[in-house]
Amino acid sequence: MDTFIQLTIDALTLGSVYALIALGYTLVYGVLKLLNFAHGDVFMVGTFIGYGVLQLLGGAESPNVPVWALIPIITVAAMAGCAILGVVIERFAYRPLRDAPRIAPLISALGVSFFLANSMQLLFGATPRTYNAFDLGNGELYFKGFDIGNVRVPLLRIITIGSAFVLMIALYLLVNKTRTGKAMRATSYDREAAAMMGIDIDKVIRFTFILGSALAGAAGVMFALRVPTTAAIGFVAGLKGFTAAVIGGIGSIPGAMAGGLILGFAESYTQGYISTKWSDLVVFSILIAFMIFRPQGLLGRADIRKV
Amino acid sequence: MTALLEIQNVDTYYGPIHILQGLTLRIEPGELVCLLGGNASGKSTTLKTVLGIVTPRTGSVVFDGEDVTRRSTSYRIGKGMAIVPENRRLFAPMTVLENLEMGAYLHGGGKKEDFDRVYELFPLLYERRSQLAGTLSGGEQQMVAMGRALMSKPKLLLMDEPSMGLAPILVERSFEIIKQVHESGVAMLIVEQNANVSLSIADRGYVLSTGRLVLEGAAASLREDEDLRKAYLGR
Repeated sequence: MDTFIQLTIDALTLGSVYALIALGYTLVYGVLKLLNFAHGDVFMVGTFIGYGVLQLLGGAESPNVPVWALIPIITVAAMAGCAILGVVIERFAYRPLRDAPRIAPLISALGVSFFLANSMQLLFGATPRTYNAFDLGNGELYFKGFDIGNVRVPLLRIITIGSAFVLMIALYLLVNKTRTGKAMRATSYDREAAAMMGIDIDKVIRFTFILGSALAGAAGVMFALRVPTTAAIGFVAGLKGFTAAVIGGIGSIPGAMAGGLILGFAESYTQGYISTKWSDLVVFSILIAFMIFRPQGLLGRADIRKV
Repeated sequence: MTALLEIQNVDTYYGPIHILQGLTLRIEPGELVCLLGGNASGKSTTLKTVLGIVTPRTGSVVFDGEDVTRRSTSYRIGKGMAIVPENRRLFAPMTVLENLEMGAYLHGGGKKEDFDRVYELFPLLYERRSQLAGTLSGGEQQMVAMGRALMSKPKLLLMDEPSMGLAPILVERSFEIIKQVHESGVAMLIVEQNANVSLSIADRGYVLSTGRLVLEGAAASLREDEDLRKAYLGR
């Protein structure tokens, strides 16, 4: 039972990170019908922005700001930095190819992905960087928390899972209740019709990149608070986020959230009950199963085209 | 009187293909004008040129006293154009209410009086406001499309093939509504293949053929025109 609780907490932590990444894929796919393969690397840059700002603030051992403010500050910094990066990528790598055949922006996305991964490696080397979150307030984030049975749920996990859910709820409200969010949905359903309503498509696309990239930035900090980061993590993280988005139904926002959590659970339980070596196998088997039996994903709508 | 819309000598191309060839057309405030023509005559391109979805290579589009030839679609709609697109193009996964809000996107998503005005014209839409637009019948969707375009209180309403895909009884009903909207003072440019119905309610008409204007005049006289009758009215 204790193992199960422990694994469930792990699953939620991992799953919420995947879900945040998947949302970026799904949002951009929604408005541009583009698989933004540079998205995982935006996430990776987010981990580094968080790391850099943490060092600027004195590092985890002796921060210049109160401990309670530290995580929000680095998260917001990573979100802002990634948002700017997302806008720049859209402007220079995708917008010039807006009317090109769909394969062209896809190749451009892969190019951006390689560019980001390699330039980060060039700038910061290949040594893993760690936030040393354990040192924050002398281990407060790990020792404090609450107990379920014999299992301690550390504060850090609560913060990660909690803020991921807050971000997802905020996104859901933004997309469904605000004027800009509705314009995003309209654009993703029918771009030309949305333009005929006076919606500025460029603005909507830029806004979508801001949202998706900011979520990736937040996910980056949540991830790197627990695991050391390198310039190479973007590829796998992006692949997992993409898988989560496809399982949930690409283009569907609740789908991306569900897909991320499913992936988190699959990975965590496989690691705990079978073997750590099997986790990727299980994850990608789920992807293949979906591709065969439900290609539109859990909550996606089947692509019906007018002929 | 200055025209509400004035298209002067417009040439529009899709890549190397010359679509509109020296088109000149004008609409007075409050006037109902129909643009007739067969397939590939350039009717839809004319609407796209008016809206700024395509930019003409030469010539000018003047709307409400301002040259908008190089202005964005969004700017033109903000200035008082609205469109009921071909096949209606509703946002199917969004509710009727949200569709109407999108029609007033540049006006902050619609004020209460805009909704009231549209609901008064189409009481059914008020009942169906929380329903997804994609689940409505064809006739109801037509109402949403018209309501959506009217949300922004346009000076000029463009309609692309309003009769397309509708049962004859609904075509009749649609044109009654168009007439009603026109009588409230909105100028309209209606693109139609159904020449008979549209000429019956229009003030004036233009006939396009392969990107050139071949005929223009008062609707009543166009209805009597021998060539046009042969070509479009089928009798």
